Amino acid sequence: MYEHDLLIIGAGLAGLRGAIEGIQEGLDVAFMTKVHPVRSHSNAAQGGINAALASRGDDWEDHALATVKGSDYLADQSAVETMCREAGDAILELEHMGVIFSRNEEGKLAVRRFGGQRVARTFFVGAITGQALLHVMYEQIIKHEAQTYEEWFATSLIMEDGVCRGVVAMDMKTGELHTVRAKAVIMASGGAGRAYEPTAQAAICTGDGQALAYRAGSPLMDMEMIQYHPTTLPTNGVLMSEAARGEGGYLLNSNGDRFMEKYAPEYMELASRDVVSRAEQTEINEGRGVDGCVLLDLRHLGRDFINERLGYLQEVATDFMSIDLAEQPAKIRPGMHYNMGGIKADVNGRTEIPGLFAAGEAACVSIHGANRLGANSLLEAVLFGRRAAAGAVKFIREEAERSVGDESVKESEGKRLQEILDRPKGPRAAAVRRELALEMDQNMAVFRDQAGMESAAAKVAEVKKKLPGVSTDNKGRIFNIDLLSVLQLENMVDCAEAIVAGGLMRTESRGAHNRTDLTARDDKNWLKHTLAYQTEGAPRMDTSPVDITRFEPVERVY
Amino acid sequence: MQVTINLQRFDPETDAPMAKYQEYEIEISEVSTVLDAIIKIHEEIDGTVAMRYSCRSSICGSCAIKINGSAALGCKTRLVEVTEDGGTITVEPVGNLPVVKDLVADFAPFWNKIKSVNPYLKTSGPEPEFERIASNESMTNLLTAQNCIMCGCCVSDCTVLEVDSTFAGPAALAKAWRFTEDPRDSATNERLKTLNDADGGMWDCTRCMKCVEVCPKEVAPMDRIMEMREAAIQAGNTNTPGYRHTESMYNSVKKNGRLDETRLAIDSAGWTNLPRLLDLAPIGIAAMRKGKLPPIRPHKSEDHKKIKDLYDSVENESE
Repeated sequence: MYEHDLLIIGAGLAGLRGAIEGIQEGLDVAFMTKVHPVRSHSNAAQGGINAALASRGDDWEDHALATVKGSDYLADQSAVETMCREAGDAILELEHMGVIFSRNEEGKLAVRRFGGQRVARTFFVGAITGQALLHVMYEQIIKHEAQTYEEWFATSLIMEDGVCRGVVAMDMKTGELHTVRAKAVIMASGGAGRAYEPTAQAAICTGDGQALAYRAGSPLMDMEMIQYHPTTLPTNGVLMSEAARGEGGYLLNSNGDRFMEKYAPEYMELASRDVVSRAEQTEINEGRGVDGCVLLDLRHLGRDFINERLGYLQEVATDFMSIDLAEQPAKIRPGMHYNMGGIKADVNGRTEIPGLFAAGEAACVSIHGANRLGANSLLEAVLFGRRAAAGAVKFIREEAERSVGDESVKESEGKRLQEILDRPKGPRAAAVRRELALEMDQNMAVFRDQAGMESAAAKVAEVKKKLPGVSTDNKGRIFNIDLLSVLQLENMVDCAEAIVAGGLMRTESRGAHNRTDLTARDDKNWLKHTLAYQTEGAPRMDTSPVDITRFEPVERVY
Repeated sequence: MQVTINLQRFDPETDAPMAKYQEYEIEISEVSTVLDAIIKIHEEIDGTVAMRYSCRSSICGSCAIKINGSAALGCKTRLVEVTEDGGTITVEPVGNLPVVKDLVADFAPFWNKIKSVNPYLKTSGPEPEFERIASNESMTNLLTAQNCIMCGCCVSDCTVLEVDSTFAGPAALAKAWRFTEDPRDSATNERLKTLNDADGGMWDCTRCMKCVEVCPKEVAPMDRIMEMREAAIQAGNTNTPGYRHTESMYNSVKKNGRLDETRLAIDSAGWTNLPRLLDLAPIGIAAMRKGKLPPIRPHKSEDHKKIKDLYDSVENESE
């Protein structure tokens, strides 16, 4: 049995930034990740990180307004204010840590423009911003000598009288289960994108933290809000950064028209992502697509510019499409990208479970509401990763009690895992995941309607029934990714259940939740978050009001 | 297309005899990558196969393996690049690291080497109120190494690590370069001196170019190591076998138009370094017995004057 003050699950940007905060506060901190920290999916954020720097004459309120408008007024405004106010300091801190941000002619941090915003306030490192930030954060972890559980997979929270006291986790290298107790646990375990196929999210994004919290009694909030990114590759869902449009790229239909003129005459290609994705899907549905895609055209930017500012995009285009962006437009289409919803948490990371905190994509604070602005996710990760750790430190000092430390959860988890390994030949986890994920991409996507969402609900129920029979070929313990696939599938199914239930409950169109059978936004009834609580049967649904402080909902025009 | 994947197996949990390689015949689309093929095997044919992967877009660094004997990212290598319809591909775990299971290697030694170069920005004095001023060129320069995704391809195929596990290795040294080149770092000289003096430091690279060839992100670790050597010499670190070796070679070719190998060995060791010179003695004696000892007084090459002219013109140019 292991024991720490603070245990962080996930070692992406949010988790690592949280760990540093805890260590600087003098606590015994450890983080646990099912991969190695630099393999985390924060890597894949390409375009940049938003902040309104006061020293540049920028105004955090304008960033907040853009974020709230982007969210289609579903974000909690006091939380957005907190983020936008503190964003400048977060960027400077990253520079001080060593991030090699691109610079302007004066040698100061350069900015590019991103979607849904009038001004350029997105700081960046070429087109590998997430990777550059994640690696620097890992450097800081080395400097601070954090304790790590690498390639450990948490299978369950340890709950005592409704309080979270740690986790039971499997060391992948040995297959052994261990109890890791903590006075507070932060879930910073990322998104649940693999409940969709295709998706821009990595294979590791399986909603583990959301599922663990959901099973322990925490509500999952606004799970129906799924971001389809406007520019993903048709073959495998891999992302082409919004930076392509931020730096001046065009979207063209089969007639060669910049069709965004019809949908967002002022912002054009840089409208909010939900708006651009719907526009693309409409063009494709109405017969103006190219092989089920539209075109992303960067040719007018020139080779040198593309190579310096968007080098990674050129690499992706070469590797997966065998095209040269300086010569040819790329076929792209909307693809599943981001979970706006997640574990309900406040600005200090507190969830409804004492002792459990959440940050980053796994959490729903709610900053992004019904649609996230590009380059707000890295900001959310570093800023709320730190805030959640500060919240946990406060909890540990003021409220936490030492736990009794029995091993009963480990024993029951051990039996559960053994039962999976002992199953007779049944369906494979990968096949069942695909069945679920294709359905989600069909019916919980850019456009939705009642019949489609009911079909998705039926599919979730069907898959849930199959789960107890899903078997593994590998009966061993050491690095058994077959067993891991089953556990991850269980997590994705729980997330999908909440996504579909939220979608069916929300009888309006808002942001990424766009119903062709209920096209209007309904501010009278739906300035509310959806909350899903797990039960034996269908989830119990509830709502909570949206926090509106300074921006009254108005019609959303780009 | 149809391909056969010849996959190296290893299962530490079984004593049962097991073929070292197992063949899987699969039917897969032509745009697929080697990683797609392995995932297909794991998901549809044989769930006992173990492999690491995540992003599928060459940014997370998880899926480095050996493909037909050379390290590469599975997700960045398309099947058609390494075989043809009906062909066979051999996949193995990366080299120079212990194997955990099948294609999964134990990266602990890799990370320990990364940690050993103190890979974090060191600055002196209080943090400035705003960002540190730095030119875009200086930051773009660092992108070369920042592109490194720590996949381990370079370490896998490093020919020095193959024989000397104390070598810091291409990945860790490229990471060190990222800091020695950073105008914001205040420990440049200290870093250079450490890696200059250390056993297994920057002078242990043999310039075989393997790391440059296999790096999927164009980090070119060997070039970074050579740049660090130059920076270390510029910073005054000249009392090393590496530097003396370079200088001896330079001087002997300049003087004689050819390499004086005897002198090179002694110069590199250092004329007062008795223990090292004694180490060399048996090699010299063995060479003498076989008639392979280079002449004590080197012959001058016929066109040594031309070579001297070349030296002069290059030296004048650089001045």
